[in-house]
Amino acid sequence: MTGLVASLGSGAMTNSIADIDVARTIMVIGANTTSAHPVIGHRMRRAARNGATLIVINPKEIDLTHAASHFLQPRPGTDVALLMGMARYIIETGLADESFIAARTEGFAEFVASLQAYTPEFVVETTGLPWSRITEIARIYATNKPSSIFYAMGITQHSHGTDSVKAVANLALVTGSLGAPGTGVNPLRGQNNVQGACDMGCLPNVYPGSQRVDDPTIQKKFESAWNAQLPNQPGLTHTEIFDAICDGGIDTLYMVGENPLLTEANSGHVRAALERLDFFVVQDIFLSESATYADVVLPAASFAEKDGTFTNTERRVQRVRRAINPVGDSRPDWWIVSRIAERMDAPGFSYSSPEAIMREINQVTPSYGGITYERIENNGLQWPCPDTNYPGTPYLFPEKFSRPGGKACFSPLTYRPPAETADGQYPLILTTDRSLFHFHSSTMTRRVAGLSALDANEWLCLHPADAERYGIADGDWVEVSSRRGTVKVQARLTDVCQPGLCSMTFHFHESPTNLITNPALDPVAKIPETKVTAVSVRPLL
Amino acid sequence: MTETCSFTIDGQEVTAASGTSVLNAASASGIYIPHLCNHPDLKPTGSCRLCFVSIDGGKPRMACREPVKDGISVATSNAVIQRMRVQVMELLIADHYMDCLACAAAHDCELLKISAYLGMRPNQLTRLGKTERNLPVDGSNPFFQFDPNKCVLCGICVRTCDEIVGLRAIGYIHWGDKTVIGAAGNRPFAESICESCGECVERCPVGALAPKTPAIPAREVQSTCVYCGVGCGIHVGVRGDTVVSVSGDRDRETNSGSLCVKGRFGFRFINHPDRLTRPLVRKNGELKESNWDVALDLIAEKFRKSKGRFAALASAKCTNEENYLIQKFVRVAMRTNNIDHCARL
Repeated sequence: MTGLVASLGSGAMTNSIADIDVARTIMVIGANTTSAHPVIGHRMRRAARNGATLIVINPKEIDLTHAASHFLQPRPGTDVALLMGMARYIIETGLADESFIAARTEGFAEFVASLQAYTPEFVVETTGLPWSRITEIARIYATNKPSSIFYAMGITQHSHGTDSVKAVANLALVTGSLGAPGTGVNPLRGQNNVQGACDMGCLPNVYPGSQRVDDPTIQKKFESAWNAQLPNQPGLTHTEIFDAICDGGIDTLYMVGENPLLTEANSGHVRAALERLDFFVVQDIFLSESATYADVVLPAASFAEKDGTFTNTERRVQRVRRAINPVGDSRPDWWIVSRIAERMDAPGFSYSSPEAIMREINQVTPSYGGITYERIENNGLQWPCPDTNYPGTPYLFPEKFSRPGGKACFSPLTYRPPAETADGQYPLILTTDRSLFHFHSSTMTRRVAGLSALDANEWLCLHPADAERYGIADGDWVEVSSRRGTVKVQARLTDVCQPGLCSMTFHFHESPTNLITNPALDPVAKIPETKVTAVSVRPLL
Repeated sequence: MTETCSFTIDGQEVTAASGTSVLNAASASGIYIPHLCNHPDLKPTGSCRLCFVSIDGGKPRMACREPVKDGISVATSNAVIQRMRVQVMELLIADHYMDCLACAAAHDCELLKISAYLGMRPNQLTRLGKTERNLPVDGSNPFFQFDPNKCVLCGICVRTCDEIVGLRAIGYIHWGDKTVIGAAGNRPFAESICESCGECVERCPVGALAPKTPAIPAREVQSTCVYCGVGCGIHVGVRGDTVVSVSGDRDRETNSGSLCVKGRFGFRFINHPDRLTRPLVRKNGELKESNWDVALDLIAEKFRKSKGRFAALASAKCTNEENYLIQKFVRVAMRTNNIDHCARL
């Protein structure tokens, strides 16, 4: 998200899901849409069926490629080289949208200068793709408009994830593919309310509505709204919190609905941290692997047992409604947090309902100013929606960008390879992806018998050529080792992975993939490089 | 602007966007015309031969393939049309395995509805005798089954998987009176490319593609799916305090009624016996059941003492209101910005 904020001024999907129907070119890079966002995947396939050009760029031959007219399979972690190479070709062949660049962007000259490094030879050598295939999709993207780009964790979960996002934004800016229906830079958000959790300020550097905690005016505003003194130093990020626990700086952790033992890269480090905590509170609907380390576990109500709102990937705030009473003695999370706050004599936590909380959100969050329960009864509203007469925003930046001055900013980029590359000791690259039938650490989906039947256990997807080299047959148990650890898993031989690349999900605690993934962080976004881990594979006898 | 046409159906004034079929215009106006193979989401094929109407007193024409026109006068039935429909139904019924009281589709079976509408008499139901169809039921998918002996070959499932899902996992297999519906490659559904989204099951007009554990909810509640960032609109079906079904919300712009396998069939975690139902507090090294007062008092006491050494992780699964409160709590009560969630994972 930080990459998009730097380039465009806002870190969310610029356009709407429905825009897939009007785009003529849909480029999907680093996203396994039919598995991770299935109904958007349906829509993309439908668009391709109805005449849109669907371009899929992924190191794996994902299912969506079957509906695509163009499929490029670059080496993992080389997206910056690919995207910058495309931008260079578009500019050199006169396909750039010069009037858009002149009117709505800045930093173009520096950007062009940085493109000098991305010669066809360099791009081909880095990505492993033929130049003609790269220029072909560059030409389509630049000319068969409107063109939209969709991406997900395949772009961001890298030690250079911010650069990859900026490279995506650069490409959209070069062709003027922003600020109109069917265009845009569209990050697909993974969890149901990850957009909402960001919007609501569950981040160490911002209050609700991306308002910075280190801006004194903003701090004052929230101090008066909340009738309390507030800290002005940005806090620790997710990964930094676990580091701080191990260093002794943090000894108390309050964790709501997360399972980092399965989801965090290099999870051995997380285990060490959880063991070290003095006091650990977990609030969840199931006793997750992480919750077994807790000192207190609070039973939360599921989404079917409470009222509230979720914000989806297209910035649409939608209603969640209580369908049944909370199971057993469980309670909605908003009730639990309020009761803890009251017991600590914190002011301003006696809400009568989630709707009352939303009224406060409306007051302090400009982008949510006009999003009331009454208005989102049926269809939801897309932020920004500053007041109750505002109709919502299906696409961002029709006239100006959210950066100071209203212009978008090109980013000169230097290619950086992934933190780990294949070598003699760890000759394969492991990437993580998702199964259609499971969700994240699968605490929910593995408790649905049918979903477990459709996808019962973890597989290491491995190219047959690599399997032969290591003497592995389909279905064999193997050990996958990285610099951080070893997991055991069954191998599935498939050419969806290119030679040298293998993949696993992280849904199964029996084969905890994130025990071995690389926690190398992007310096800006602090996102770990779970998409590229150097590993070795050997059969278990 | 879409142009509209005004015309009459059985004397009733009807208005519909030009390009709409007479059948869809009638359905939208609450006027029933018998049909099996038409679905408003799909292109018409006109294969079931039931939706005949007479336009301006002319010969029977298929309402699903007849575009509305200004000033036309549509009759939804007459003696000839009634006779044609009964004959089509006799043929369909001769091929149809009937266990209606035990059939998952009984509550909204189009075949039953048409039979009732036409007033089919016992001799009409049996006149042609039964064909010797006893094809194996495909129960390979854990969520739904396919019973070819109940299939009316309307092709709605085939077109749904093509036009809506874009997958083409279902097709026609064999020719003539041997024609059946099947998953791609004539494999069992669970071994095919089928993604188990259930869009075909949702639209099957009879009991051929049917959920394995059908449950008609006592009531439905409009909500939003909890699985991924798409945020599909759903109706949560409930009996008592148990969630028994989920269906897509056709009026929601996000998904227009479409769902995936997790959204439609993945709700059994809600009432799963593993759900945490009481606060647990660690005593002598073990997590023991406790109560809210004990747990909350302990937390408040410990949190008070941990200021400066405290961090919190919020949840991308919780609501906006809850996440708002969690960060407010951390900032106001704990005086720290050490708050994050798993946005990056």
